[in-house]
Amino acid sequence: MTMLQGFQIALHALRLNPLRSFLTMLGIVIGVASIVTVFAIGSGAQLRLQEQIRSIGANVLMITPGAVYQGGVRLKDGSKLTMTEGDVQAILEQIPEIQAAAGSLAGTAQVIHEGKNWNTTINGTTTGHFMVRDWQLASGRYFSGAEESGAGKVVILGSTVARELFAPGDDPIGAQIRIMKVPLEVVGVLDRKGPAQDDVAFVPLSTAKLRFLGSASNINRDSVAYIIAKVAADGQMAGARAEIEGLLRQRHRIPAGQEDDFKVQDPAAAMEAQQGAIRTVALLLVAIASVSLLVGGISIMNVMIVSVTERTREIGIRRALGGRMRDIRLQFLCEALVLCLLGGAIGVAGGITLSMTVARMAGWVTSIDSEAIGLALAFSIVTGLIFGFYPAHKASRLSPIEALKTE
Amino acid sequence: MTDQSPLISLRSVSRTYRTDGIAVTAVRNVSFDIAQGEIVAVMGPSGSGKSTLMNMIGLLDLPSEGAVHLEGADVAGLSEDRRSSLRARSIGFVFQSYNLLARHNAIENVALPLVYCGVGRKARLARAEACLQSVGMLHRAHHFPRQLSGGEQQRVAIARALIASPLIVLADEPTGALDSRTGAEILALFAALNRTGQTIVMITHDPSIATQCRRTIRLHDGELVSDERVAELVPRRSAVS
Repeated sequence: MTMLQGFQIALHALRLNPLRSFLTMLGIVIGVASIVTVFAIGSGAQLRLQEQIRSIGANVLMITPGAVYQGGVRLKDGSKLTMTEGDVQAILEQIPEIQAAAGSLAGTAQVIHEGKNWNTTINGTTTGHFMVRDWQLASGRYFSGAEESGAGKVVILGSTVARELFAPGDDPIGAQIRIMKVPLEVVGVLDRKGPAQDDVAFVPLSTAKLRFLGSASNINRDSVAYIIAKVAADGQMAGARAEIEGLLRQRHRIPAGQEDDFKVQDPAAAMEAQQGAIRTVALLLVAIASVSLLVGGISIMNVMIVSVTERTREIGIRRALGGRMRDIRLQFLCEALVLCLLGGAIGVAGGITLSMTVARMAGWVTSIDSEAIGLALAFSIVTGLIFGFYPAHKASRLSPIEALKTE
Repeated sequence: MTDQSPLISLRSVSRTYRTDGIAVTAVRNVSFDIAQGEIVAVMGPSGSGKSTLMNMIGLLDLPSEGAVHLEGADVAGLSEDRRSSLRARSIGFVFQSYNLLARHNAIENVALPLVYCGVGRKARLARAEACLQSVGMLHRAHHFPRQLSGGEQQRVAIARALIASPLIVLADEPTGALDSRTGAEILALFAALNRTGQTIVMITHDPSIATQCRRTIRLHDGELVSDERVAELVPRRSAVS
């Protein structure tokens, strides 16, 4: 008897009792569907993080006010910005590993162009910001020196903002837009960097202070909310970080033994750690899903054992008519395999549907890769072989004489 | 007959079962030969060892002592798989309770032994059709066993026994579950088959069946008590006279 004949006999047997066959494979269906879904959500989350890591740029250090992160009473005082433009200058001039650095102030505001308006992040910074993040222009230019020092009424738009304010054919360069009643000329539009990054409008730092925050703000005129700095080479990250910490402690006159009022971070490294955590969680979930595959395998074994008992006479007849032990074994193994493969196929379809539903309803990014589908199917085949073997072996060992006597 | 050696040869065959430490001898020191083209009735009351004997002739069981030869070869020397393959090609079983697979229709049942001979599906079904035709059951080819009468089921079972052109057809109480008229028809079918040269061994406890066979082997308590040959069959004698 060939494998093909085994599958034909198996399909015939399973078709006779479709409900029972379906219930038998349900465990496999659920197991495979959950594995596919977990994989899709997990790799979707990883893709999203990878995109964020790419968007920050390579070898970037981020310096933020420490108070915000310190907890306790000082957290209430978080609006106090501890870094200044002077710090940015000092970092740039005194630390040789730093290629570029820029301070930023950010807030949200409505941007208006003719009939259209859009709520977005307004980031006051210098051209150095784009150097640090390796962020190219799609059209136009960066800020000029005069605009940076003289609070020029200019703006550079992220691609999302440009898309929201201007019709597809319109060239935004040279157009006037308004932010908080201040008219600004669009001088540049940035390349796309990722959905989370492109929704922003950049103005010169001096413009942000003078025209948007103004004297109403109680912050120091020299303050910046955070600084980003680009380190020349990968191996210099740790050294540059230590130097920045030393420099800022000195500039902020922090005595030895006292906490820093700032924090130097490596966002890419932090995100990579986060990515590791996501991977761990995803693996854990896959492990849990595999348990349902195990349960599904056991239920298949259970039904197969019952089926062998029910069909003892059939086995006897087949043996008397010339079926070898291995033919009987193959027949029942094929049944278990067909159950698992069908269950696996239904599970893959269900998993794809489920992860697409999750993506739509929860707005998560999901990614279905053929690797996960292949893995899930391979799992179900292995399950079928493992849990189908014992009942099939049992069937093949029946004595044909005894089997023919049963009713 | 060109070949001198018998088709089946039993040499001092005994079969002892051991259950719970007690040895039961079902067949004791039985010897006989069956030649090509014979039709033989094996008779005896229940418990006389008929079924055990049939299992050994049908290669389902091996003797504890003595030897069974099929076409001159000792079957004890064959592996389990080899004996299974020989069953598929050389032995056609007919059972008292028909033993058709309930979930397959008549033609699939008839074609079943060919699955184990490695014959392709198309060829299997073509040969099954021819076999059903020869037992007059072609019109029932796509009926399931439960849709057939006892006599019809037994005809399908006989077609199944014949499909691989076996050396020998082994029938175990083939009319035991049938009424006398239907039983007579089945017996007539066996007689007709035998006239085409088919070797048939029929196990029965019914003396009226035995009278229709040219040779009768009688068993009692596992031992062979007689081996009688009738010179001519009743129908043939009437044809001669």
